[in-house]
Amino acid sequence: MAEETRATTAPAESPAPAEGHGQRPGPRGPRPGGGPGGPREGGRKYFRRKKVCKFCVEKIESINYKDVRLLAQFVAESGKIVPRRLTGVCTPHQRRLSSAIKQARNIALLPFAGRAN
Amino acid sequence: MNRTYELMFIVRPDMVEEDLDKLISTLETAVSSTGGTVKSVERMGKRRLAYTVRRFHDGVYVLLTVEGGGGLIHELERRLRVTEPVLKFLTVRIDDEQKRLEKIKKIREARKKTSAAPAAPAEGGGETAAVTA
Repeated sequence: MAEETRATTAPAESPAPAEGHGQRPGPRGPRPGGGPGGPREGGRKYFRRKKVCKFCVEKIESINYKDVRLLAQFVAESGKIVPRRLTGVCTPHQRRLSSAIKQARNIALLPFAGRAN
Repeated sequence: MNRTYELMFIVRPDMVEEDLDKLISTLETAVSSTGGTVKSVERMGKRRLAYTVRRFHDGVYVLLTVEGGGGLIHELERRLRVTEPVLKFLTVRIDDEQKRLEKIKKIREARKKTSAAPAAPAEGGGETAAVTA
């Protein structure tokens, strides 16, 4: 195992530029990170930190429509509610969050579309 | 059926302060005459609106916390709708949310106590043991 890792990391760094002159550098480029290194590190090219629900971590229980600063973190610049898959908010909190954002929109605390000017 | 509601409304920014006082006092009398109670009145002051409402960019926000039944809210909303300088209003029922928050708080405190209780005697025991030794 240890030899294998050395074998894969070494050519990736040193002879890759040398080969790059003769062959195309394109297919060679992403390989060291994505190909052999990937499966060992969890199947992904880049290590992505696991998203956690902000409300669960910071123990924010009340998601109120008046708290514009909090809500604005979960509203895109276009005025849209940012989906869970991007923010990492858990389902129960996203439900409360979206209803709070909608209430805030109704009372002109947050925009329906576009940026608050 | 007594419930707690939060009534937020926006009046036009050029409204005279006294008129606003008058409006709020009429709302308060309307609440008390329909058998409810006003818990608090909070003037949040002038704020920039997120979008234009009736060609206004700003508005004076007022938050009214009221306890009473649904008929009371119906009456208050009717009054706000009729009152010309009121740009927008929003009623939110908050008693169930408050209940939920209290419940969570209780659970958290109880959990804190249970987690703190076994830790404290153990520490105390350790100390006494050290002292006796």
